[in-house]
Order: sequence, then structure tokens, then C-alpha cells
Amino acid sequence: MKYAYYPGCSLRGTGRAYEESLLAVFQALEIDLQELEDWNCCGATTYMSVDELTSYALAARNLALAERDHMNVVAPCAACYLVLNKTQRYMHDYPDIKLVVSRALAAIGLHYDDHVQVRHPLDILLHEVGLKAIAAKVKTPLKGLQVAPYYGCQIVRPYATFDDQRNPTSMDRLLEACGAKIVHYPLKTRCCGGSQKGTLPEIGLELIRHLLTEAQNNGADVIATVCPLCQFNLECFQKEAGNHNHPISMPVLYFTQLMALALGASGEAIGLQRSLIPIEPLLARKEIAYA
Amino acid sequence: MPEIPSSAIESSRERPRIGVYVCHCGTNIAGIVDVRAIVEFAAKLPGVVVSRDYKYMCSDPGQALIQQDIAEHHLNRVIVASCSPLLHEATFRRVLSRAGLNAFLLQMVNIREHVSWVHLNQREATEKTKDLVRAAVRRVSLHKPLQKRRVSINPHVLVVGGGIAGIHAALTLAEAGKQVYLVEREPTIGGHMAKFDKTFPTLDCAACILTPKMTAVGSHPRIHLWTYSEVVRVEGYVGNYKVKVRRKPRYVIEDLCLGCQECVTACVYKEAKNPDEFNLGLSKRKPVYLPFPQAVPQKVVIDPQTCIQFKSGKCKKTCVEACGDRKAIDFTQKETIEDIEVGTIILATGFKTFDPVRNPYYGYGRYANVYTSLEVERLINASGPTAGEIVLRDGGQPKAVGIIHCVGSRDANTNRWCSKVCCMYSLKLAHLIKERTGAEVYNFYIDMRTPGKGYEEFYDRLLDEGVHFVRGRVAEVSDWATHPSEKGRLVIRVEDTLAAFVRRIPVDMVVLSVGMEPQPDAQDVRRLFNISCSTEGWFLERHPKLAPVSTFTEGVYIAGACQGPKDIPDSVAQAGAAAAEAMALIDAQFVELEPYTAFISEDQCSGCKTCIPLCPYQAISYMEEKKKAAINEVLCKGCGTCVAGCPSGSIQQNFFEDEEIFEEIEGVLAYA
Ligand SMILES: Cc1cc2nc3c(=O)[nH]c(=O)nc-3n(C[C@H](O)[C@H](O)[C@H](O)COP(=O)(O)OP(=O)(O)OC[C@H]3O[C@@H](n4cnc5c(N)ncnc54)[C@H](O)[C@@H]3O)c2cc1C
Repeated sequence: MKYAYYPGCSLRGTGRAYEESLLAVFQALEIDLQELEDWNCCGATTYMSVDELTSYALAARNLALAERDHMNVVAPCAACYLVLNKTQRYMHDYPDIKLVVSRALAAIGLHYDDHVQVRHPLDILLHEVGLKAIAAKVKTPLKGLQVAPYYGCQIVRPYATFDDQRNPTSMDRLLEACGAKIVHYPLKTRCCGGSQKGTLPEIGLELIRHLLTEAQNNGADVIATVCPLCQFNLECFQKEAGNHNHPISMPVLYFTQLMALALGASGEAIGLQRSLIPIEPLLARKEIAYA
Repeated sequence: MPEIPSSAIESSRERPRIGVYVCHCGTNIAGIVDVRAIVEFAAKLPGVVVSRDYKYMCSDPGQALIQQDIAEHHLNRVIVASCSPLLHEATFRRVLSRAGLNAFLLQMVNIREHVSWVHLNQREATEKTKDLVRAAVRRVSLHKPLQKRRVSINPHVLVVGGGIAGIHAALTLAEAGKQVYLVEREPTIGGHMAKFDKTFPTLDCAACILTPKMTAVGSHPRIHLWTYSEVVRVEGYVGNYKVKVRRKPRYVIEDLCLGCQECVTACVYKEAKNPDEFNLGLSKRKPVYLPFPQAVPQKVVIDPQTCIQFKSGKCKKTCVEACGDRKAIDFTQKETIEDIEVGTIILATGFKTFDPVRNPYYGYGRYANVYTSLEVERLINASGPTAGEIVLRDGGQPKAVGIIHCVGSRDANTNRWCSKVCCMYSLKLAHLIKERTGAEVYNFYIDMRTPGKGYEEFYDRLLDEGVHFVRGRVAEVSDWATHPSEKGRLVIRVEDTLAAFVRRIPVDMVVLSVGMEPQPDAQDVRRLFNISCSTEGWFLERHPKLAPVSTFTEGVYIAGACQGPKDIPDSVAQAGAAAAEAMALIDAQFVELEPYTAFISEDQCSGCKTCIPLCPYQAISYMEEKKKAAINEVLCKGCGTCVAGCPSGSIQQNFFEDEEIFEEIEGVLAYA
């Protein structure tokens, strides 16, 4: 198995721990990742809402590069995953968009023929590697660790390509294979507020508060995420979201960090030290002796 | 085919003398098309002798005008430019006949549906009309006199589907003395109505009004009831359909079974283990079972998927023992095919309910206490899985119940249409749930739609009873509790659009008022009977207002919810109408068919046989001695497939001969 790895900007910025842990997991499971050569910004949802057509061209350049290299793409960041998928669908469904985008690609000597699959790590781990193979490689089972699996919106909506729109379970099953206990978490696909915390702080904070308190109420030790923005929102505003009577302190990790720990990576190698709310004391309390 | 008088043939060979009549249709046509300009234009076309306009060509004076002109000006061809030929072709053909002309020397030009109703620009509409009129003038010159065919009508009727619509149609016909074959797919008749406890708005007991009709069907000397059966093939044409019906084996000889159910008691399975289809899986049944206590026919069925004898061949067969000398159980029964001949067919195949798994926000299939309305009908039913007591899947009784309207209706993501019955049945369920449990009941609706006799009054009654009504489309059902009062319950989140805020309402039971959808096999059934479907998949009526139970295939009628969402009163009304239409045809004893059959010019036919397998109606045979193909006019339906398929162009079709069509095309294109 060999995939073109598309890090996007987050995994080189605030989401570095996501990249570090993702690479560790893929390495442990012997899946070859080769960084897409000369990739560019996906445009994220922001650019999409400013100038839709140009944003398709921007995203399509990455698809064309992957097609040139005959590889399918792995896009771990939820925004990248959605934008690349959406671009692909719109080019497929709307000939006028395809025409304009193809012209733009031709101007830089590229073209795109719809031959690339854009996949999420959850999808690859579950459907290509499989739970059995993963369980067999677990060195440090996450025994007793209670995880709230939080998927956010972009990897399941509007395109539920590999899991259910409202009640996805792929992350639940992967973490269970690593020995963790999944807590009931009915808000697993609810909005984290995206960038609302910047624009309409009160509304953003309310959404974040719901997610955190529900995890806390249901007995979670840690929230696992798949998206750099979700991770940021949930981790950075806990002091504000809680109050004197109900303080909140809940580690928020990428699901790949938890998997990597189970598969034998060291805390340092997968960026545990980058967390604002450290998980190490908890792991110590649970006697999970990772490398 | 009756002979065409030689005088008629003579007159058609004469130089064409054409009359053109342009209808205003009030302002329908004249509001957009410059009618005077058309009349002047037509007058100058070759062969046209008179050209006139009139306010309503179809009125008596309009018809008289044409008739008079035919006599006075010795017209031998007529063109009427007005509405769709579906509406008035027959009218104007009669005018020609009355004036002594062959009716097929008429050509209609549809300048209403095809022009004035679809164009906004007067100049463009007028120019298009000219093109169409010119085409008709050129075509009509080549028309030949034709004669309609008369065929007799077989008085037997096939009714497909044994829901309330099919039952009512079958009984009406049988009472009128007709022989009826009623074919039902399930082991019992009754359809959806048999599942209900009460019916809105009168709250009469569904079984009390339905089962007498079901028994009447079962015992009627003129109704052949074939349950557990399906139509597999339909051939022929109006008045003369040949139908094959497949009767699935129920492994019980119907004539011998008394319905005593001793075999069911004796079955080696002491406990019922298999999901009971009739109760939508809310209870269990044994491999041998009677679908429900009032099933008609009262005959048990054996399900080979779950019966040990079928699975391993090693059952003690206690059922056979219990049946004893009656010997009604027969594990070797095979499916049989029955061939019947009928003159008319009524389709009453009903609907299916929307599968709410398609709307993941309401948690159906995920939360045990989220039910569909149909499941609740069974829960409430005295003969249902809980004998009418409302016991939830988790064993509790609800203190608060939320009924969510429009699930799979009025929703761009699923079905756009209004399912029409859900507001009313939601009210019915609200009343029954409140009556049985004393629970607080909330209805979440977009609009309350209660038109119908006594329907609005029923709504008022529910308001008086203290049922809550919240106007708003529910956002989600979840078990996300933010307050101790919500713990362990289902929380309905909804924007209350009257109070203008978002509410969270905790309940113990959610009822999804699922909408009505076409049957999943509607497309197969429509092909089998050669009728059409609307884009949504409902069977299409010939005219939405004026021919609501007829189809575009003569002799095939539709009734009930297969034609679109409707309640029981409307289904029964349609069923009666369909029965009356069938009887009108039967009592007329014969029907006239259009003469649009194909014919072969033998000199050109090379005998290649290409056409023979192409014909969907087996109307073409091969004459060995002449080495030519021959078309049986009675069987030919005029579909034109062989005409298009013939490599030598030796097959032509009456009224659609090549030269007629070419002239018409050239007429449209000859921009003058
Ligand atoms: C939850 C619910 C509650 C309702 N409550 C009321 C109420 O209180 N009052 C009211 O007036 N209306 C009510 N309705 C509406 C009512 O169900 C319909 O109006 C009625 O059932 C329509 O009857 P039908 O015979 O057209 O169709 P159906 O009842 O669907 O019957 C169709 C029959 O045809 C059979 N069939 C289908 N395809 C084939 C085939 N290819 N070959 C042979 N047989 C076939 C089916 O097995 C079935 O027996 C309710 C509907 C729902 C969903």
C-alpha cells in the first residue's frame, strides 16, 4: 500500500502532533506514505466561500499532481478531506466547472481525469488494514482509558463516504481495537463552532461548552478528534467554557496519538508534550506504560 | 376490419380541398397567437379552400361551421388548430363523419399546449403556429381513409392488489354479476388498513368495517381469490388480455385447510422465534402461521426459510400429525401458473411507507423507543403484539410522547410531496395514545392539513383534549441530556416557529409520521401492464381531473394509493370509479380501436424475419409458402417497432406512413 500524503497547512502548524502521530501509526502498520510533491493550499472552506471557482482550481491542482504520480491521496485534515472530495465531485457532476478548471490546469501543464481517490486515515485504517491486523500490533493496550470519540462535521457531511453521517463508528472501533473504552457520546458529529469562536465568540463558546460537558458527564478521560480545528477549539477554551463550580480539564488528542501510543510510539515522538492539557498524569494513573 | 366505402376512397384521391379552422379557445390561444394572421396565412397555402377562426371551435356552432363548409365547399380534408388531440380529436372526427367524410381525413394541430401555453412572445408564438399549420396542411393531403377496428370485450376482470381499494373494486364488480380474479401478493388480503386499530376521523374500528368486506371477498361465488400470488405476464389488448399468474406455494392445500391452527400449536418450536411480518417485527411468529386472526383466506402458511423440515428435512412434523386426516399440509407443493383471460384490469397495488433510516437525525433504528407510525398502529391494535397496550421496546410505558410530522414528506432531501394522510393519522394516534396512557402528547408539524369532511372538527377536538401542537420541523432526536429531567429520555430539539425560540422537549417515545411512497416495484409493475408512472413513481392517470382512474392503456384502470397518497375514503371512491369504468366497457360489449396498425407491402418484403422477434405483441408471423412476413391486425398495437426495424423499409404504419411524416417534417422546416 502506497499513498500520496497531503499534509495541508494545519499539520505543519497547530496540528503538528497530528502529523507526527499519523506518520508513526502508518509506519507501525507498514503503510507507505509519500508526501505529494509540491502540494499547495487546499483553500479550506474559507476560500470556497469567497471565490468558489478559483478554489476548485486550487484544490484540483493537488488532485492533478497525485494523478500524475498515479497515487491515491490521504488527507488527514478534515477541511482538506472535504475540499478535495467536493472538488472532485463538482468536477464530475458539473461539466462547466470541469471545463474551466481543466483550462486552468492546462495552463500549468497539468490535467485531471478523475482517477484519484481521496481518502481519510480512518477509512484506510479500518478498511484497508483492518481491526484484526491493528489489534495484533498493539503493544500498549489503552486499558481503562475512557475516550469520547469526536468526529466533527466535515468528514461525514455532506459526503458520508466511508461512515454514517450522524452516527459514525470507525474511530470508535479503531480505538477499541487499541484497548480503549468508548463512552456514549451523542454529540460526536455536532458542530465545534469552526471559526465562530473568533467571529461570534458567545455562540462559539456555547457549542464548545456542550461538547466538553457532555464528554465530562459521560465519564470520558479524553476526547479523540480527527480535525485540527476541532482539536484547537476543544483544547484552548476550556477555562472559559467551564466555571468556578464546574471547571473543565479534559485532554483533547488526535485519534492517531492514542493509536500511536498503543502501537508502541514514545510520547515525545507523537507530540504529547505539545498539548495544553497534558494527558501524561492520566496515563500514569491508569498505569498505561507507553514507550 | 370493416370495409371502407369506395366513395370515400374516391373522394380522398381527388385533388385535396382543405378547410383550416383556428380556435381562439377564449383567450387561451388568442391571447398569445395572432389568430387572424394564421387564418390569412393558411388561406394562401396550396390546397386550402377555406380558412376560418372561431372563438370556441369545439362548441356546437363551431362544429356546425365545419360541417356546413364541408358540404358547401366540397371539402375533403379538415385541419383544426386548437388544443391537444387527446381532448378533442374525437369531437372533430365525429364532425367529419356526420358530414360524410372519413374521420381520418382530419389532422389536428395543437397550438394551445404546444404553443400558447408555453410561449410568452406573441411574434414567436405566431410564427411557430404558422410552421405547424403548414406542416399539417402538407400532411393531411396524403391522409387515406381508415376504419376503426371493433373488438369484443371479455366480461371477466382482473384486480391486482387486495388492499381496501382492490377489495372494494372486486366486490362492486362481483355484485354486478362480473367474474373477478383478485390477485394479492401477500398470504392475506387487507393491505395497510388491516393493520390499523381505528380510522380517522370517526375513530371507527378498522377491523369492524374492513373484515366484513374481506370475508365477503373470500366467500363470493364470483370472486376467484388468489393470495400469495403475482401477475407475471400480460399479453393482448383491451377487452382481450391474456394473463399469467404465479401462485407461490404456501405448503398448505387451501381447499383442505380449515384455519383451525392446531398445526401452529403443535409446531416443534414451542416458542415463536421469527419476526412477524404483519406486526412489522414487533412480535414473533412460528414457521407455520396465520398472518393475523381475521386473515382472508383463513389458511395457514409455512415459511420455508425458517421451517426445520425445509432446512434439514429432519423434523418430527408434529404439524402434520396435528392436521391428521385433513392432510392439508404438503411439503412438496410447487408453485403453479394459472392462465386467465380477462377484458379489463384494475391495478390497486397501494403504497409503501417511507423508511426513516434515510433520515439519520431522528434516530430510528438507533434509539429503541423511536417508532414509525405504522408500528404504533400495531402497538395500539387490540390484536397487535401487546394486545393494544402501549409497552415500549425497553419495557416501559411512556409519560410523554412526541409525534413528528412530515418524515419523508415535504422535504427536498427525501420526498417533496405532501403525503396527505399523515396529519390526520397523527391526530388519530395522538388521541389513542393519550386515551390509553394518559401521556402528554406533542405534535410537531409544519402545517396542519386537515381538509375533508369532519377532519378539521377532529383537529379541534384534539386541541380541546389538551394535545400539544408545536409548529416547527424537528431538528433532531437524541439522548443528549443537559438537565437531570432529560436523563435517560429522548430529547426532541425543535425551533418553535410560533414562539420563536429553540425548544428541547424530553419524551419517552417518538412516533415518526412516515410519508407514503410508491411501491418499490412500481416500475416493474407499470411495465408489466404497459402503463406510465409520474416522475415520483406513482401510476399515472390519463387525465388528472377528467380521467383520474383511466390510464393511457385502454382497459387498464388504477385505484387507491398506487396512484398517489390518499386516505381510505378516497381510495374507496376511486375503486368504485374504476369498477364502473370497467363495467361501462364490459356492458358496451365491444370497443373501437384506432386503426394505426402496421402493414407490409409484400413486393418489398425480402422475408428476412428481422421484424418477427422485434414485435412485443407476437403479431408478426412468417408465411412459409410466400416467404414473406405477415402482420395480424388484431394483435398489432401500432407501436411502430417493426416499422423502424425493417431493413428494406417494407413495413408501414397506417396514419404514420413515411411520406406523411416526411411531408410533415418538410412542412415545419419550409420557412416561408
Ligand atoms: C400509519 C398510517 C395510518 C393510516 N390511517 C388511516 C386512517 O385512519 N384513515 C384513513 O382513511 N386512511 C389511513 N391511512 C391511509 C390508508 O392506509 C390508505 O388510504 C389505504 O391503505 C390505501 O389502500 P390501497 O388499497 O390503495 O393500498 P394498500 O393498503 O397499500 O393495499 C395494497 C395491496 O396490494 C398488494 N400488492 C402490492 N403490489 C402487488 C402486486 N404487484 N401484486 C399483487 N398484490 C400487490 C399489497 O400487498 C396490499 O395488500 C393511513 C396510512 C398510514 C401509513
